[in-house]
Amino acid sequence: MSTPPTAPAAPPAKADESRTRFVHKLWLAREFGIVVALGLLVLVTTLDNPAFLSPQSLRDLLLGAAILVVLAVGQTVVIISRNIDLSVGAVLGLVAFATGELLSTAPDTPTAVAVLVGIGMGAVCGVINGVLVAAARVPALVITLGTLYAFRGIDHSWAQGRQINASDMPRSFLGLGTGTVLGIPVLAVIAVVVMTVVGFYLRSYRSGRELYAIGSEPAAARLSGIPVGRRVFTSFVICGALAGLAGVLYAARFGTIDATVGTGIELQVVAAAVVGGVAIFGGSGSVYGATLGALLLTTIGSSLAVLRINPFWQQAVVGGLILAAIGLDRLLAVRAANRLRGRSSHGT
Amino acid sequence: MDRDHATPLLEVRGVSKSFGAVAAVRDVSFPLHGGEAHALVGENGAGKSTIVKMLAGVHEPDTGVIVLDGQERRLAGPAAAQAAGIAVIYQEPTLFPDLSVAENIFMGRQPLGRFGRIDRTAMRAEAVRLFDRLGVRLDPDRPARGLSIADQQLVEIAKALSLKARVLVMDEPTAALSGVEVERLFAVARALCEEGAAVLFISHRFDEVFSLCQRLTVMRDGTWVSTDPVADLTVDQVVRRMVGRDVSTLFPKEDVEPGEVVLEVGGLSRQGVFSDIAFSVRAGEIVALAGLVGAGRSEVVRAVFGIDRYDAGEVRVAGRRLPAGSPSAAVAAGVALVPEDRRQQGLVMELSIERNATLTRLKPLSRLGLLGGRAERRSAHEWTKRLQVRYGRLADAVGTLSGGNQQKVVLAKWLATGPRVLIVDEPTRGIDIGTKAEVHRLLSRLAADGVAVVMVSSELPEVLGMADRVLVMHEGRITAELSRAEATEESVMFAATGQKEAAA
Repeated sequence: MSTPPTAPAAPPAKADESRTRFVHKLWLAREFGIVVALGLLVLVTTLDNPAFLSPQSLRDLLLGAAILVVLAVGQTVVIISRNIDLSVGAVLGLVAFATGELLSTAPDTPTAVAVLVGIGMGAVCGVINGVLVAAARVPALVITLGTLYAFRGIDHSWAQGRQINASDMPRSFLGLGTGTVLGIPVLAVIAVVVMTVVGFYLRSYRSGRELYAIGSEPAAARLSGIPVGRRVFTSFVICGALAGLAGVLYAARFGTIDATVGTGIELQVVAAAVVGGVAIFGGSGSVYGATLGALLLTTIGSSLAVLRINPFWQQAVVGGLILAAIGLDRLLAVRAANRLRGRSSHGT
Repeated sequence: MDRDHATPLLEVRGVSKSFGAVAAVRDVSFPLHGGEAHALVGENGAGKSTIVKMLAGVHEPDTGVIVLDGQERRLAGPAAAQAAGIAVIYQEPTLFPDLSVAENIFMGRQPLGRFGRIDRTAMRAEAVRLFDRLGVRLDPDRPARGLSIADQQLVEIAKALSLKARVLVMDEPTAALSGVEVERLFAVARALCEEGAAVLFISHRFDEVFSLCQRLTVMRDGTWVSTDPVADLTVDQVVRRMVGRDVSTLFPKEDVEPGEVVLEVGGLSRQGVFSDIAFSVRAGEIVALAGLVGAGRSEVVRAVFGIDRYDAGEVRVAGRRLPAGSPSAAVAAGVALVPEDRRQQGLVMELSIERNATLTRLKPLSRLGLLGGRAERRSAHEWTKRLQVRYGRLADAVGTLSGGNQQKVVLAKWLATGPRVLIVDEPTRGIDIGTKAEVHRLLSRLAADGVAVVMVSSELPEVLGMADRVLVMHEGRITAELSRAEATEESVMFAATGQKEAAA
C-alpha cells in the first residue's frame, strides 16, 4: 500500500558525481603525495648529479627496493586488518639461510623449487604467527615480537656462526638476483607482480575487502558474520609467505648469508607502509602506497649518498618522513571528516 | 485471529541466558508471525537486547530453542543468523567508517562477476536501487565516516533490506531518527510485512509501537510478562505491566530539611546530546535523574563535572560559576563524580585498595611532594572502615574485590575529599542486593550531613525510594520534575517515554 516516495532523479546526479570525484581525489591524494615527493627527490638529486638517472643507477635503485617492496606488500595485508607482523625480518633471515644451505648441499635443485621451498617455509612461520594471534587473544605486536626472537634464535643455532658464500651456490640461482628482463631487473619484475596480484586480491575479492572491514571496525565485522579469526590468520600466512619469498630473493641477490641477515628490516618495512599511507590502525591504505613508500625510502638512501650528505642523516630523514606522513594522514582525516559532516549527505 | 493458530514464522521457545551469576533472560517464549510487526517492550535491563542478540546469533541461549518454520535452529553465529534470513538493525549502528556506503551494505555479500571478482558496478547500482526504495539520496561511494547517526541508521536499514530478510529485528532503530525518517522506516517495515516477513520492533516510543505493530510482548526483569494483540491494549496497561512490582521498602531515605542551594545548572546545552537543562540541588537533598538509556543523563552529569564540553549554559556551585571543561576546578569547588563505569573510569584496577582510595587526595597526604606510605595507609584504613569495605589486605589489587566493594572504594575516595556536591551515576549497577542497601544507606546519611546528591539511575525503585525530587529526561531534555509525592513508577515511565500524560 505504501510505496516509499522515489527521489527525483535528475538533479542529484551531478552533485553525486562531483562528490564521487572528490572522494576519489581524496583517495588518490595520499598516494599522489608520495609520487610527488619521490619526483622531487629524484629531480633534486639529478640536478646535482645527472648520472643519478642513468639506466644503471635506476636498475640499482629498483634492485635495492625490490625486497623491501615484497615485504611491505605482505606487511600491508596484515596492517590493514589492524594487526602487525614484526617477525618478517627474522623470517627473511631464516629462509635466506635455509635457501643457502639447500643450494650449497644440493646444488642441482632447480631455482623454482628453491623459491617454492622458501615461500613454504615463510608460510609455516606465518601459520605459527596466525595461530598464536588467533588463539592467545594477545595483540599481534607482542606475539610477533616474540616470534621475531624465536625465529632469529633458530636461525642462529642452525648457522652456528657459519657464513654461506656466493661461491657455494649455483650460478643459475644467483642469476635470479642479477638477471634482467628487457633491461629491468628480475627482482623488480617479481616485486611488481607480487604487488599487482595482492593489490588485485585486496581490491576485488570478498575476503580481501573483509580484511579492510576487520581493520576498520572489528566489532562490526563480527556482527556482519565475517569469519574474523580465519581472515586474520590468512593475512599472517600471506605475510609470512611473502617474507619467505623475500628471503629467497635476498639469498639470490647478495649470495653472502649468515644468521644476522635482515636484522632490523621489519621496522623499515613498517615505515614503508606507513609512509605509503597504510593506516597503522587498519582499515585503509593500499599495497600500491606501501610500494611507493618502499621505493621512496630506498631512493632517499641512494640520493643522500649522491648528494654527499652524511649518511648518518638518513635515519633522521626517514624518521621525519614518517612523522610527516602521519601528520598528513591526520590532517586529511580531520579535513575529510569536517567536509563530510558539513554537507548534508542526502537531498533536502 | 486465525493467525494465532497458524505456525509462526519464528518462535522463541523457553530461552534463558545467564552472564556469570546474572540471569539476563529466563524462560522467555513468544511467536513471530509472518506478515506481522511484533513489539517487544520493557524497562532498561528487562532483557530485550539479550533476546535480540540471540536472534542475531551473537549469543546462544543456555536453554530453550529458536524455532524457524517449525524446525529448531541453532544460530551459531551472525553468519548463520543471516543465512537463516534474520536481519538485525542494532541500536548502535555497526558500520565500517573507512569503507564506502555501498561496501558497508554488501560486506561479505558483494555481487560477484567473473572469476569471483566483486562487481562494483552492480554493487553500486544495487545500493542506488535500495536507497531509491527507501526514498533517500545517499551517495553510495562516500565513506561511512562522518555520516550522521540517522544516515548511518539508513545504511543499516538498506543492509537489512538487501538481505531479503524474512525476519527483521529492529532494536530501537528510531532513537536517532526524525519524524520523516521514522515514517520512511515504517513504510519499509510495512512493505516487508506485506511480502510475508515478520518484524520484531523494540522501542520505548509507544506511539510508534501502537501505529506499527499488531502484537506486543512485555518483558520485565528478564522474564516474559504477556503477549497480546495491540488492539486489545492501552498505553496505560502496557506501562503498568512493564513496571509492575512493588517499590521495596529497602530504601532508608532519611527526611532532611533541605538547606541552601548548592548546585545550580542553567540552560545547559550541547548540540545533539542535550538541550536547555536547568535544575538546582539543595544541601541535604537527593535529586534523581531518571530516564531511559540514551536519554542523555550521563552526558549531562559529565558536562556538569567538566569532563565533556557544553555549548551553552552555566554551572554554579554555591553561587560561584564553574569554568567549563575543567574537572579539577570542579573538584576544587567541592564536586565529586562517581562514574557509571567504575572499572574503566572509577578505579585503577591493577592498583591496591589503599592507592585507589587515596588517589583524589594525593596532595594533602603528601609532605614535601612525597607520599608518605603511612599517611596513605591510615587514611585508606579509616575510610574503608567507615564504608565497611570487605577486603583481604589493603595492599590487594582493587580488581580482586566484588563489584559492590569496588563501588564502596570509589565512594570512599570521593567522600574523603569532603564534597559539597556528590554526583553518582548508576551507583548500584551490577551490585548484589545487600551491598546495594548499604550504598543507599550511605547516600542517605551523606544527604543528612548536608551533601547535595545528584543520582543518575535507571532503576525505578531506587529512584523512587531515594530521591527527594525526580527529574525525568527524554531525548536530551528534562520532560518532568516530580516531587517525592508525585513520583510513581507510572508517572516517571510516562515522562521517560515522552508521553504527554506526564505533564499533568
